[in-house]
Amino acid sequence: MKKVALFATCLTDTLFPATARATVRLLERLGCTVDFPLDQTCCGQVHFNTGYRAHAVDLAERFASVFAGQDAVVVPSGSCAGMVRHVQPDLGTVPPPTYELSEFLVDVLGVTDVGAYFPHRVTFHPTCHSLRMLGAGDKPLALLREVRGLELVELPQAEQCCGFGGTFAVKNADTSTAMLADKMRCVLDTGAEVLTAGDNSCLMHIGGGLSRLRTGVRPVHLAEILASTEEEPWAPETR
Amino acid sequence: MGTRNPVTWLGSPAFPEAARTALADTQLRRNLRNATTTIRGRRRDAVGELPDWEQLRRAGEAIKDDVLHHLDRYLEQLEEAVTARGGVVHWARDAAEANEIVLRLCGDAREVVKVKSMATQEIGLNEALAEAGVHAVETDLAELIVQLGDDRPSHILVPAIHRNRSEIREIFRAAGLDPASDEPRVLAEAARAHLRRKFLSCEVAISGANFAVAGTGSVVVLESEGNGRMCLTLPRKLITVMGLEKVVPTWQDLEVFLQLLPRSSTAERMNPYTSVWTGVTPGDGPEEFHLVLLDNGRTATLADPVGRQALRCIRCSACLNVCPVYERTGGQSYGSVYPGPIGAILTPQLVDDPHDKQAASLPYASSLCGACFEVCPVRIDIPSVLTHLRAQAVEAKGRSAESVAMAAAAWVFASASRYEKAQKLGSLARLFARDGRISWLPGPGAAWTSSRDAPVPAREPFREWWRKNRG
Repeated sequence: MKKVALFATCLTDTLFPATARATVRLLERLGCTVDFPLDQTCCGQVHFNTGYRAHAVDLAERFASVFAGQDAVVVPSGSCAGMVRHVQPDLGTVPPPTYELSEFLVDVLGVTDVGAYFPHRVTFHPTCHSLRMLGAGDKPLALLREVRGLELVELPQAEQCCGFGGTFAVKNADTSTAMLADKMRCVLDTGAEVLTAGDNSCLMHIGGGLSRLRTGVRPVHLAEILASTEEEPWAPETR
Repeated sequence: MGTRNPVTWLGSPAFPEAARTALADTQLRRNLRNATTTIRGRRRDAVGELPDWEQLRRAGEAIKDDVLHHLDRYLEQLEEAVTARGGVVHWARDAAEANEIVLRLCGDAREVVKVKSMATQEIGLNEALAEAGVHAVETDLAELIVQLGDDRPSHILVPAIHRNRSEIREIFRAAGLDPASDEPRVLAEAARAHLRRKFLSCEVAISGANFAVAGTGSVVVLESEGNGRMCLTLPRKLITVMGLEKVVPTWQDLEVFLQLLPRSSTAERMNPYTSVWTGVTPGDGPEEFHLVLLDNGRTATLADPVGRQALRCIRCSACLNVCPVYERTGGQSYGSVYPGPIGAILTPQLVDDPHDKQAASLPYASSLCGACFEVCPVRIDIPSVLTHLRAQAVEAKGRSAESVAMAAAAWVFASASRYEKAQKLGSLARLFARDGRISWLPGPGAAWTSSRDAPVPAREPFREWWRKNRG
């Protein structure tokens, strides 16, 4: 029985709670005991990346105290996990061992078949920080390949950034949109009905574009696909 | 400070504005996508052939860091060695000093030939020479296209990357070169005929340097066309302008970079034309050799322990070629001879003026995707330097609408109860929702909804669910 603490991230807690619920369900199904320290808020990534270092230091210190003593912190976000693991130590704090969800499943629990069922045509976007900062490689793909009913289609130019980049999306909205346009073209070329990724921030960006153009492609976080089973299949949330 | 550093072009708008104009240029978008996609793939293949690529990168990083750490010692060594072999070394603190030295050395010459060089672009040498009545002829094909088109460079290695062959034919035609078609071979032939006359008539050549070996005083230029070698061997006098950081200790160190640079820049296994000269050799090549060592903001950059790694750069352009921002906006949007990710960290440091709005906008011209760091042959952690420079820009700017919003957000995140109240307040955004999507938001949110729907806040944040079901 593995004990883990969930860091939901402020974005997912507030805007995409289905992802956090799915993460809990999935980890419990795999035999973990999940804790969610209610004092958690934000890792400070937006502040750090935009140049507000002093605030980022405060939030990093806060994170370290909220999660102090945890054996493993699991995050359904590559960029927030990257912030905790690769940036926070440079800000002078000592965060507990922190894993992006797919890393935790594959490296720590040692599973790729999580017993999931998701009968849809899916394409996967490897988000930049999972890919380059964490080096999560094809762990998410290894997990997706074992999902029953799932038809996985390769995304062309998958490793190109979607153009989100936090405040980049609004500070350089035109360039961000041009990058988004190319990413959407690649997504649409796959004929997938579902776009998945390990980061709700990037999915919010690509999904926001796909929704604006009424493309009929739905963004679904990796955790929600992996949590879906034949007994309790994934269903879209009504808002 | 004194005079402004010509590394940025006077009057260039801040990046977001310049990018908006560039993004609307359909021809530019197509040219850049084709060019960068091709070179990206070729670089990946060329690098993939070497099993020790990572070790080479680490060696390159270590050599450059050692050079930067002992720059004074290596530069003195270099000066001594160049002088001993009959060369003359000059020191230039900034662009104005360097231009003055070069102009003086040009003497009576009214026309000089030039080897493609970033250092001379950086100091605006051609413009300074022109003001004094000296015409500098660019002999690198791409640089010639830029010069004849009265254009600006858009790439470190391929300054005319934003032009396709039909545009080049038009530029040549307008300049009187008259190519018979837009076939690359025909275009090159027209340039060749034009340049041959210059090589044979000019008495003075000006070059940059990729490397200089401190121990022997040997200066190295890498190029692909052979035009550089014409300049380096035919004229009577050779003037080389070199950034201080280009020195390497020994020939053995050079070996590392002669592997890293070609594969990273042109995706070649071996560089086609590598010219090396040591001082002057009677009866062989130029009779006079001058080496101008250029600071122009480099020692100031060296003082920053995070930012100084930008000085490791060997100008390969691999970061430009993989950058998704560069691919779409092109090089001129950066308003400097150094565009792309390396430009976004090098230019503001060379400018060294935190109140220069254009330069301060450059570190934000990145989504921090990290593709640049992944390919950099000397392992410059560009994303880390970008966030470091953003912090400097924020500090220099002082209080702004953004800084107030960031402070407010930090205050909210500092307490779980304030955060939960903010979540409740934020759920009011549900009022903007139509048919399960938010297509318009007021204020700063409008920059998001200009092209993207915003998510409708959930009825119940995750923590509410947790309290009810697990708490």
